Amino acid sequence: MSLVDAATTRTRVVETGLLWGLVLLVAALSLLPIGRLVFEGLAPGGALSTSSLGKVLASQTTWTATANSLVTAIAGTVLAVLLGGTVALLTTLTDIRARNAFTFCFVLPLMIAPQVTALAWLQLFGPSSTLLKLIGMAPPLGSRNPLYSREGIILLLGLQYAPLVFLTLRAGLRALPKELIEAGLAAGASPLTVLRTVVLPLMTPPLIAGIALCFVSSLGNFGIPAFLGIPGNFLVLPTLIYQRLAGLGPGVLSEVAILSLLIGLIAMVGILLQDFMLRRRDFRITTTSSAARPFELGRWRAPVEILLWTVAILILALPFLGLITTSLIPAFGVPLNAKTATLANYAYVLLEHAASKRAFVNSFLMSGAAAILIVVICVPLAYFIVWKKSRLLRLLNVAAELPYAMPGVVLAIAAILLFLKPLPLLGFSLYNTIWIIVFAYLARFLVLGLRPIISGYLQLDRTLEEAAQIAGAGLLRRLVTIIFPLVAPAAVAGALLIFLTAFNELTVSALLWSSGTETLGVVVFSFEQGGDSTYASALAAVTVLVTIGLMLSTLLFAKKLPQGVLPWRD
Amino acid sequence: MARLKIDRARKYFGSYTALDDVSIDVEDGEFIAVLGPSGCGKTTLLRQIAGFDKLDGGEITIGDRLLSSPERHVPPEHRKLGIVFQSYALWPHMSVAENVAYGLTVAGVRDPERARRVAAALDLVGLTGFAERRPGLLSGGQRQRVALARCLVTEPSLVLLDEPLANLDVHLRASMEEEFSRFHERTGTTMVYITHDQAEAMALADRIAVMDRGRLLQLASPSLLYREPANTTVAGFIGEGMVLPARLLSKPEAGHCKVDVLGVEAVMRCRSDQPAIAQAKICLRARDFSIAPGAGGLAARVERLSYQGGYFRMEVRPLASEETVLHLDAPEPVPAAPGETIRLDIRDGWVIPEPELAA
Repeated sequence: MSLVDAATTRTRVVETGLLWGLVLLVAALSLLPIGRLVFEGLAPGGALSTSSLGKVLASQTTWTATANSLVTAIAGTVLAVLLGGTVALLTTLTDIRARNAFTFCFVLPLMIAPQVTALAWLQLFGPSSTLLKLIGMAPPLGSRNPLYSREGIILLLGLQYAPLVFLTLRAGLRALPKELIEAGLAAGASPLTVLRTVVLPLMTPPLIAGIALCFVSSLGNFGIPAFLGIPGNFLVLPTLIYQRLAGLGPGVLSEVAILSLLIGLIAMVGILLQDFMLRRRDFRITTTSSAARPFELGRWRAPVEILLWTVAILILALPFLGLITTSLIPAFGVPLNAKTATLANYAYVLLEHAASKRAFVNSFLMSGAAAILIVVICVPLAYFIVWKKSRLLRLLNVAAELPYAMPGVVLAIAAILLFLKPLPLLGFSLYNTIWIIVFAYLARFLVLGLRPIISGYLQLDRTLEEAAQIAGAGLLRRLVTIIFPLVAPAAVAGALLIFLTAFNELTVSALLWSSGTETLGVVVFSFEQGGDSTYASALAAVTVLVTIGLMLSTLLFAKKLPQGVLPWRD
Repeated sequence: MARLKIDRARKYFGSYTALDDVSIDVEDGEFIAVLGPSGCGKTTLLRQIAGFDKLDGGEITIGDRLLSSPERHVPPEHRKLGIVFQSYALWPHMSVAENVAYGLTVAGVRDPERARRVAAALDLVGLTGFAERRPGLLSGGQRQRVALARCLVTEPSLVLLDEPLANLDVHLRASMEEEFSRFHERTGTTMVYITHDQAEAMALADRIAVMDRGRLLQLASPSLLYREPANTTVAGFIGEGMVLPARLLSKPEAGHCKVDVLGVEAVMRCRSDQPAIAQAKICLRARDFSIAPGAGGLAARVERLSYQGGYFRMEVRPLASEETVLHLDAPEPVPAAPGETIRLDIRDGWVIPEPELAA
């Protein structure tokens, strides 16, 4: 009797301990930084005061940047919705061919760092464009690169985030029961009428969700306005925060905290607006069934396919051709031909430049560490959320979304506030170490790992775990020997998603880096700011190749994954 | 020692009562089937015994070990039971041998003892030579055998089987039924077998617990269940019994009494303490009728005939009670066409002791 009691107690201690450990960890990664930031906004430097608040709100720059942020984010979102929405409807509902390849190409810009996209497009236009010189169409020297403008930022934001709208809308279209379309057709409506009266109204929720996601991402984007806006002194909130902090140091922390709260507030309004709009009407779909049979385009099929691939080439191939050509010339402005072409830039960034070499190691290690740690956290976390239906963790599941939903600068500033002072008890500061970046990665990308792992659990038959439990295995043993191997494909997909996102990231590290802890994003940014476009292009080209290589490698095990886990796979 | 005792078990899901005062005593080595339609609470009961859910009232003990009560809950991993799941629940990332060895590894049994016992278990289910296969490459019947071997290798004192044949082809079911039966004889393990298929339950079990809407309706041997159903639900559920209102005409005498059913007098079996009540219910089976040659008996119109091979299943409506449909088996050649009136003798029947089960 007493032996059984001891074993039962031990089981309970392990399970409760693990649960509370996870609760504390998720709280530390999500609620703590955001809470610290809000505290700073209310009581700058620890004392209730409105002086910083007044200073920030009275400044003309604040409102110019806010207006710029709103204009670029909204216009960028409109562009993204038009492009991504059209492409989603065409690829999901019609019978075009090579859908997988197209999806891969169309989603690719999302996986490539915004600063690399910006750099690539900059190389495409302007008087020094190597590509335009190659075909003799470069504008005269001294003319301004048209992308250094508000419109340039809007264009690139739209192109960068069109895949977001595409992905959410496609997921919605996939869930649309074919009966609803067939009922419309059977009632005598033409395909276009069905699209207008049945499909689009029912697609309101994913469309609104896509719009909100797109708006928040555009609002928080740092790479594109940093490359295109800073040279022309067109500042948005994230670049304003960066300039203040980079120029004046942690002394202005209270002020930038208020700025980042401002941007967080705008993001929040966007998310709440989405929530409000979705609540007003009933969009529930009552049945589930297989996906609809695609509409036949008939003789329009070839033209539509040509159009789609032209778009893909325009937004993908052309800018990267610009990037590659620039990376092959010895100095910026020199025309590219058989005599001038050189790999010296690659040799320099890969082998010679110290910070660039360090950045490779840093980015690989930090992204890898974040990916592995998040998977290790998320496998038990999703277990409690999905199978144990822990109410506490379901709330924290929502909290875990927060650092990812908020613009990256918000989290970065929160991390600085949290770690600037030495840690209590330990007596050392994480500020200016790689650990502050690792912390920010863990907090920001936790949800990227959690989502695929949760859908992995939802696909599993729970009796597989119960069989192990009946065999006498405790929770930890079950997690290691049964559950982890079964959710491994989803976990690997999540880890890759995290790795790729962190590997290409600039927003967080631009504010958190210090000498010795540079990331690839930071080095590409510094090269470009210092006028070394050739080095920047070479380094960016390498990161693009690594990204595409890793994305392609996932196709090897894609069949084992729940649908929708890998955004770039149809 | 291994006696399973379920004592007034209660379980609620919100306001829904999934288990309503269920009490079952399972003898050591007994094979008990829990039978009922889906939603009757049989799976809930299994999950209570296994410990996957917590009990809201009552107790579950094995031997003298209290496993479940509202205050105490031994987690499944410390109950030392075996379960064969409906979906088999074989781990796809392990070989057959690894699947079977898992429980031993957990219990700290090491090679060569472990390897020996795994080989013995696979031999017992006739899967020697399949040890290195992956479960995904096996047929349904073979997977079922692996699940059985995995469950028995640790020699649990109690094995729970959750509709183990539900996912198998009809022809495989018969052979697996035999296998379970042989198994039970050979190992002497106490088994609780959950099923919705009464033929399966009848063929395998020493006793059957019939459940409906969370309540235990009757716990008895298959033959007793068929011959002497305790209430109208069991009577109607088991063996397609026909429940009819009747009037008792005499006190029980040597286990029989006279009844008036549909205006006809007949002699039926009953309990020796059956009170003579006016509003009684009786249970009739198809074979309790025979077609009367003369003008006596129950007049009924033939409604429908369907050929069953060697005999016809005949549906008739008694002239005295047009809304009642009776069915009987009539041998070839066809005795009457639809629309014709025939006369039936009632040769046997059972007076249901608790017609109105307390709701």
